[in-house]
Amino acid sequence: MPESTERGALTEAVYYILLSLYSPMHGYGIMQNVKEMSKGRVSLGAGTMYGAIGTLLEKGLVRPESGENDSRKKEYVITEAGREVVSGEISRLEELLDNGRRIVGGVMK
Amino acid sequence: MKHVVRKLFMDYQKEEDYLNEMAAKGLALVDYTFARYVFEETPKGEYIYRIELLENPVKHVESQNYIRFMEESGIEFVSSVYRWVYFRRKAADGAFDIYTDMDSRIRHFRRIRSLSLFGALINLFIGIFNFYYGFFEVSFGIPPFNSYISIVSFTVFTLILIIVILPMTKKITSLEKEKSIRE
Repeated sequence: MPESTERGALTEAVYYILLSLYSPMHGYGIMQNVKEMSKGRVSLGAGTMYGAIGTLLEKGLVRPESGENDSRKKEYVITEAGREVVSGEISRLEELLDNGRRIVGGVMK
Repeated sequence: MKHVVRKLFMDYQKEEDYLNEMAAKGLALVDYTFARYVFEETPKGEYIYRIELLENPVKHVESQNYIRFMEESGIEFVSSVYRWVYFRRKAADGAFDIYTDMDSRIRHFRRIRSLSLFGALINLFIGIFNFYYGFFEVSFGIPPFNSYISIVSFTVFTLILIIVILPMTKKITSLEKEKSIRE
């Protein structure tokens, strides 16, 4: 099997962008959505998000949602490959959480 | 009423601080051309300003796409010079940062450092040229004016190095160290 470079952790920004795009959204919507999901903890800078979306498009994890008229704000949506990456990330996070809780859980107040 | 201020910054973060101090006082930047700031009176603290160095000149299609994206995100494009752009957003919309993760911040600092290095080296070469051209002038029996002028270039070179390049390098190094343990 070829060595995969795709199995590392997603950045917090990318993870939340992908989650947001389970329904089509434009850039500003993603920013608002991420803020809401994280209860205000994660505020994505527009520059950071623009770069992240560019990379996700390139990797085929998201695609532009073909809207009726071009003059409207550009919307994006997650692809099948993107969904797989998110599922993989969720199992990875579960493992981290399980181990963390198992070892620290007892002493955590 | 408009206010014009002539001022030159080498450190873009100092410049950004200055614009935000002015905005806090009720003077909001509306236009910038080289070393010339035009402010307009607004309610105190209405805007937060951010300065960014783009990858491409402002007229470039990539930059235009980016600026459009920013405007769609509720960020106002105020002015630009070459690859530098001035953005602002209403302070009421909350904290305003363009880059919020270490990778994108590091990339931004690297762009600024490269551009500054380019500017510094041009000054260094012009300085060296003028310095030696002075010897040529002396051989013609005239004072080495160009050698004296070269002092200006060498000074600019040193200032860019001390004010921009070294602090930027320090920031990049510390961000990269931080990045090795957290995102």
